[in-house]
Amino acid sequence: MNVDQTQFRKAILDPGRDVPPGLVDPEGRPAGKRFDVYRNNVIVSLSNALGEAFPVIRKLLGDNNFSILAGHFVRAHPPASPLIATYGDALPGFLEGFEPVRSLGYLPDIARLELALRKSYHAADAAPIDSARLQELSPDRLMETRFALAPALRLVRSDWPIVAIWRFNAEDGPKPEMGPETALVTRPEFDPILTALSPAGHGFLAELAQGRTFGAALETATEQDPDFDLTPALAALVSGGAITALHEE
Amino acid sequence: MLDATPRQTLPLAPGVGYKPQHFNAIMEDPGPVRWLEIHAENYMGQGGRPLAQLRHLAERFPISVHGVGLSIGGEAPLDADHLARLRHLVDWLNPASFSEHLAWSSHETAFLNDLLPLPYTAEALSRVADHIDQVQEALGRPMLLENPSTYLAFAESEMAETEFLREIARRTGCGLLLDINNVFVSCTNQKLDPRGYIVDFPLDLVGEIHLGGHDEQEDEHGAPLLIDSHGTEVVDPVWTLYAETIVAGGARPSLIEWDTDVPDWPVLAAEADRAARILTPVLS
Repeated sequence: MNVDQTQFRKAILDPGRDVPPGLVDPEGRPAGKRFDVYRNNVIVSLSNALGEAFPVIRKLLGDNNFSILAGHFVRAHPPASPLIATYGDALPGFLEGFEPVRSLGYLPDIARLELALRKSYHAADAAPIDSARLQELSPDRLMETRFALAPALRLVRSDWPIVAIWRFNAEDGPKPEMGPETALVTRPEFDPILTALSPAGHGFLAELAQGRTFGAALETATEQDPDFDLTPALAALVSGGAITALHEE
Repeated sequence: MLDATPRQTLPLAPGVGYKPQHFNAIMEDPGPVRWLEIHAENYMGQGGRPLAQLRHLAERFPISVHGVGLSIGGEAPLDADHLARLRHLVDWLNPASFSEHLAWSSHETAFLNDLLPLPYTAEALSRVADHIDQVQEALGRPMLLENPSTYLAFAESEMAETEFLREIARRTGCGLLLDINNVFVSCTNQKLDPRGYIVDFPLDLVGEIHLGGHDEQEDEHGAPLLIDSHGTEVVDPVWTLYAETIVAGGARPSLIEWDTDVPDWPVLAAEADRAARILTPVLS
């Protein structure tokens, strides 16, 4: 009896399926528990990879619940590539549709934030500009300038206070207060850092990241919030080493 | 087109599987460790700390690149994207060695993150040989193929694992990576004699040896079922088998693998030292 890899794969991912006949122990008996070693290796190793990639989700759910969630997720969305360091792209969407965690509305955005942190960690290196160059620009020139931003920069917009929730769980930060936050991820050297931005701050950086001029980005942000203060967002870009070139018109 | 000259060869000495938490300890005092092995898939990002650490390590140590995701034993064609990523890494690093497994891990868009077994048939042999030809062509160098840990057998198998590996090497010109712990685990699980396995193994083709720890369980009939966990010290019977292999086949670059519950550096260095004490008398 020949066993092909389609049968093998289906039986690995579905514990309800019979072990394919043709897989045997040294006495020629059905492989039974021996096949379960592979089942277990696959689910446990991929669940562990998710646990390492989403430590705050794991903390929010607790180890037991996370392991149940991970088992469901791994079976529904096994990795499409051997690059396990980036496994989990589908987790935010999966959390949105996973009934047992529906009441935790912020979970999908926390998962997006943890994905962004990991992608930032592995992103290409890029040397930042000398920040003195920004100060040398006259206000008029600055308005016409476009910014090239580091590949490690990420923006995660949310209706939830995701940075505060992340800090509360990962760093014993203060108790989160309700309100929308955008997470800005920058990576000054090797370790990504988080900055919380207002919705207008998100508008400002999203425009800059799309290659609009500083002036156009500022206008968008000011339309969103007439009292928009660009200082925190700009300071975070500079201290995060996230500006890699200035292109003046 | 096997014309790329590796920068260095692996020394006939102990190496360890590199873990980022050991970076400072290794740079400060590697002890008996003379070379390092990395898992290729952990160094396929665009930048950041993993690649920066690897650049530093490669300046000081010969590096072995060990793939865990190519699925050489897969029924489907090799993943061209993944092969291109491997080529990129090998071109950049010019490592002393590249190795992969006689196993499969991907099928029909799912990567299962484990080294899954294949039947030892003429059909599988021809498929694996084709895949290895492709890898060696893409990387421009010969590779080493590692014997797997297995927990079950295929009723359809037509030949012994040693015969299968020997024939693969003959057809493709690849070398072999002999994992002594895998020999012990598989032979225990398959009710074979590990010494007989070593006797049947083409030791002259071995370019590297692996040593690692395993867990002990039992199957539903009470038969021993060893699990290749890489989470503990190498057990005494595996050290004995290693020493006998070195005496029979000569010294080889020998790697300590410890991938789960990774200990502090001194524990790993002590394991490497134990390998050094077996290698040194053979070399002098």
